Amino acid sequence: MNMVSGNWLDVGAAADVPVRGARVVKSPMGDIAVFKAADGSLFALRDQCPHKGGPLSQGIVHGHAVTCPLHNWVISLIDGEAQGADKGCTPKIPLKVEAGRILLSAEAIARLAA
Amino acid sequence: MSQQKLVVIGNGMAPGRALEKLFETSPGLYDVTIFNAEPRVNYDRILLSPVLSGEKAYEDIIIHGDDWYSAHGVTLHKGAKVTTIDRAAKTVTSETGITAPYDKLIIATGSQPFIIPVPGANLAGVLTYRDLDDVHAMLLAAKSGGRAVVIGGGLLGLEAAAGLKEQGMDVTVLHLMPHLMERQLDSAAGYLLQRAVEQRGIQVMCKANTHAIEGETRVTGVRLDDGTVLPADLVVMAVGIRPNAGLAKEAGLGVNRGIVVTPDMRTSDPDIFALGECAEASGQVFGLVAPLYEMAHVVASQLAGKTDAAFSPSATATKLKVTGMDLYSAGDFADGPDREEIVLRDPVRGQYRRLVLKDNRVIGAVIYGDTADGPWFFDLIKRGTDISGMRSTLIFGQGYQGGSALDPMAAVAALPDEAEICGCNGVCKGKITATIAEKGLTTLDAVRAHTKASASCGSCTGLVENVIKLSLGESYNPAAVTPMCGCTDLGHDDVRRLIVAKKLKSIPALMQELGWKTSCGCAKCRPALNYYLICDWPGEYEDDSQSRFINERVHANIQKNGTYSVVPRMWGGITSARELRAIADVVDKFNIPTVKVTGGQRIDMLGVKKEDLPAVWADLNKAGMISGAAYAKGLRTVKTCVGTDWCRFGTQDSTGLGVKIEKFMWGSWTPAKLKLAVSGCPRNCAEATCKDIGVICVDSGYEIHFAGAAGLDIHGTQVLGHAKTEEETIEIIAALTQLYREQGRYLERIYKWAKRVGAPSIKAAVIDDLARRRALHDRFVESQTYAQVDPWEERVNGKDAHEFAAMAELRLPQAAE
Repeated sequence: MNMVSGNWLDVGAAADVPVRGARVVKSPMGDIAVFKAADGSLFALRDQCPHKGGPLSQGIVHGHAVTCPLHNWVISLIDGEAQGADKGCTPKIPLKVEAGRILLSAEAIARLAA
Repeated sequence: MSQQKLVVIGNGMAPGRALEKLFETSPGLYDVTIFNAEPRVNYDRILLSPVLSGEKAYEDIIIHGDDWYSAHGVTLHKGAKVTTIDRAAKTVTSETGITAPYDKLIIATGSQPFIIPVPGANLAGVLTYRDLDDVHAMLLAAKSGGRAVVIGGGLLGLEAAAGLKEQGMDVTVLHLMPHLMERQLDSAAGYLLQRAVEQRGIQVMCKANTHAIEGETRVTGVRLDDGTVLPADLVVMAVGIRPNAGLAKEAGLGVNRGIVVTPDMRTSDPDIFALGECAEASGQVFGLVAPLYEMAHVVASQLAGKTDAAFSPSATATKLKVTGMDLYSAGDFADGPDREEIVLRDPVRGQYRRLVLKDNRVIGAVIYGDTADGPWFFDLIKRGTDISGMRSTLIFGQGYQGGSALDPMAAVAALPDEAEICGCNGVCKGKITATIAEKGLTTLDAVRAHTKASASCGSCTGLVENVIKLSLGESYNPAAVTPMCGCTDLGHDDVRRLIVAKKLKSIPALMQELGWKTSCGCAKCRPALNYYLICDWPGEYEDDSQSRFINERVHANIQKNGTYSVVPRMWGGITSARELRAIADVVDKFNIPTVKVTGGQRIDMLGVKKEDLPAVWADLNKAGMISGAAYAKGLRTVKTCVGTDWCRFGTQDSTGLGVKIEKFMWGSWTPAKLKLAVSGCPRNCAEATCKDIGVICVDSGYEIHFAGAAGLDIHGTQVLGHAKTEEETIEIIAALTQLYREQGRYLERIYKWAKRVGAPSIKAAVIDDLARRRALHDRFVESQTYAQVDPWEERVNGKDAHEFAAMAELRLPQAAE
C-alpha cells in the first residue's frame, strides 16, 4: 500500500497528524513517530527516547521539541538530541511533504535496523 | 553488554551524591537497587535543625523525590533494613525478606548516635538526634511544653537545644568539657557562644557529667555526678556518633572503628565499597558532609572505571546552623610550639576572630560574630597561601587587603575563581560563574540544580547570590516569585488571577496577553494552563487534548513498556458478579497479562496495547462500567467500609454515602489527584484519615477530615468540621473541593495547598461562612454538568480515533519496488 517514489516512502497525509501532536508509523525496524509542531512543520524520529526507550509519539509537543511521557526528557524534533542537562540522541528520519503527502526516507528507515 | 547490578545499603546523602555523580557521568551503566532502613526518600540531614525549629518543613529538605528514583530506573526498598550480606553468593537480604544479587555493593549504613551507658538511658522520653523520626518525636514532646535537658554541647546538641527552645520548652544543655563545641572552638569563642546561647534563655552547664537518668517508666530528671538533679520531661542525647559497621563485620569485612577502606574506597572485598559515616579512611571516620561528598565522588568514579580516583581527607569548615548565632571554624586550631596566632577580640560587640598560623600560612580559623570572611580564610587554608605580605591586616578580613571597601559584592568580586563558595558540595566560584554563562542561568534554583552550590545546608546562599549578582548585574532579582516555568516570569497564582481578571479563555490568548516567551509553552506550563482554563471557564473553554499528559489524553495509564493499564470505576469499592465476569472476559479476549487489585478498592488490568483500548472499553461499557479516571488529576476513588449494612460496629451507612459522593464527584478535574474515603466508625477501616478528604461516621453524624497524605509524605488528616446529615456532608466536601480547585496550583496536593494557604482560611470559607460554602458548592455543581461525560464511551464512539491507530504500516523497504 505504501507509495514509493524514488527513495521516499509515502506514509500518509500531512493533515492526518494533529497540530502539536504525533502519529505512529509502524515499520519492521520499529515504530517511527511523525510530529507536527504548532507552526505546521513536520518531523520524524525513531519512536524511542534515548533515555529508557519511552514512546516519544505519546509526549507533549512544544516548540520544535517533545517531552517524553515516561521521565520528562525533552528531545529536539530537529535533530533528535536530548535538551538541557540530559545527554542522548534518537535517530532522525528525513521527511518531506509533496502535494500534501508525507514522505519518509526509506534509506534512513532501513538504517534503523542497525 | 548487559547492565551490572549495583546494590546500595543505605539511602543517606553520601550514597545519594555518589549515584547522582554516577548517573551524570555513566548513565545506564548499572541497574541500581537501594535498601533504605528508613521508610522514606533521601533527605538533607544537615537541615533537620531548621525542621525542628519550625523554619522548614520535611518537603523542603527532600534531596531526591520519588520521581528521581523512577527517572533513573532505581529500585528503592523503603523501610527495608539489610540484615545479611552473603559474599559468596553475592547477595544481600533484608529483614523484610527481600534478596537482591549484586555485582558491586556499596555499604552506606551511616552511623548511630552514641547512647551514654548510664542507668535510665532506655526510659521513655530519652531521645537521640539523628533522623526525621527523632525530630518528629521531639516536636511531639515539645507540644506539651515542659523541661528538656540536652546532653552534649556540640553542633548537634546546640542545634537541638535552640530548636526545642523555639518550640516553647524550658531547655538546659549539659556539656562534659569546660567549654561548648570544644572540637571546633577555642575556649574564648566557646565562652562567647555560651553567652549567646544563654541570652536566648537556654541554660548551659559545662563540666557536667551525667550520673543517671531518673524515672520509673518515663524520664523525670537527670542526676549529675555532684548530686544535682535537674527535672526533665525530655532528654536528648547528642554526645556523638558511632559508625554502623556491624553488618560489614558480620560479613567478614575488615572493621576497625568504622569499615576500613583503602583510598579507592574499597573494603577488604574489592567488589564492596563503604561510603559515608560508616567508613574509616586513613584511620579517621568523618561526620561532616564535605569529606563524605568527596568520598561519594571517588566511589562514583571507581564504579565508572576510573581506577585512579582516590580519597584524601582535607581541611574542613563548620558552621553552626542556628539562626542568629554566627560561628565559623575551619582547619586545625590547637595550640602548639611551632604555631603562632592572631586574635581579634571585641566582647561588647560579640566579635571574636582567631587565626592559627604556621610557617606564614593560615592553618586554622575560628570566627564568632561576623562570619562573612570565613570562606576567605578557609580558602587561604586550603591553598596554603603565604600571608607574610598582608599579615598586619589579615585578621580584619578580605575587605582590608588592598584597601578596598567592605562591600560584600566587592569582596566576592575579589575572590579568585578557585575560591570555594559551597563547602558542603565543594563548589568554587569559577564553576558557578562558568555554569551561569554557559547555561544562561538566571535564578538561584537553576544555579543550585546545575552546580549544587548552596543546595545542601544552604548557609552559603548569600554568597552564591552575590556571585549570581556579580555575573548577571541588576537583572538578577532574588525576591521574585518562582515562575511557572521557563516560558514566563509569572508565578502560578498570578497566572490564575490574570485568567479571571482579563477573561482569558484559551491557551493562545493567554500566551499572547501574558507575554509567553516561547511559541507554544512547554510540557510544564501547558497542562497547568489547560487545567486552570477548564476550572475557571466550565462549559466555555474547549479542552486542549494536546496540552494534556498522555494518560489524560488517552484515558489510561502508560506503563514502562509503552502499554497501558485500564481501571474501571467501582462505586465505593462495590462490584458484582456481572462486572467481574465482564472484566474476566475482557482479560481473556485481549490477552491482558496482569490483573491486580488496587489500593483504591478496584481492579487494574495492566499491559493493554494502545490499539486495543477502545475495544476493551466498549466491552466494559456494555457491562455498565465507566472510566475510573485512575490516570487523572481529578477525582480518583472513594474507599468505603461496609458500615451499618453489615458491620456490628457501624454507626452510619458509610458504603452508601461513599457511593453517593463518588457518583456526585466523578469526572471533576482538580489540581492534583483527589482520593477520598468514608469510614463507618472511628475504627476507620477505610483509612479515611490519610486521604485528601475523609469522612469518619460517628453516632451524632459525620466528621469531615482533609489534607491527609500517604504517599511521598505521610500526614494524618486534620478535622475540617462536623456535619449532621449526609446532605450537609456532601455540601461541605463539594465546597472544599471547589475551593481547592480554584486556589490550588497545578500538581499541588490538597495537603500542600492547605499548608500554603492555612487551614483556618479553608475552615472559614467552607464551614463558618454558610453563604460562601453554598456559592462554592453551586460552582462545583455547575462545573460537574459539563464534566460528567464518560471519556471511554466518547472514544468507543470514535472521538480521537487517530490516537489509537497507526498512520501507516510499512513493509520492508526492499520489498517495496
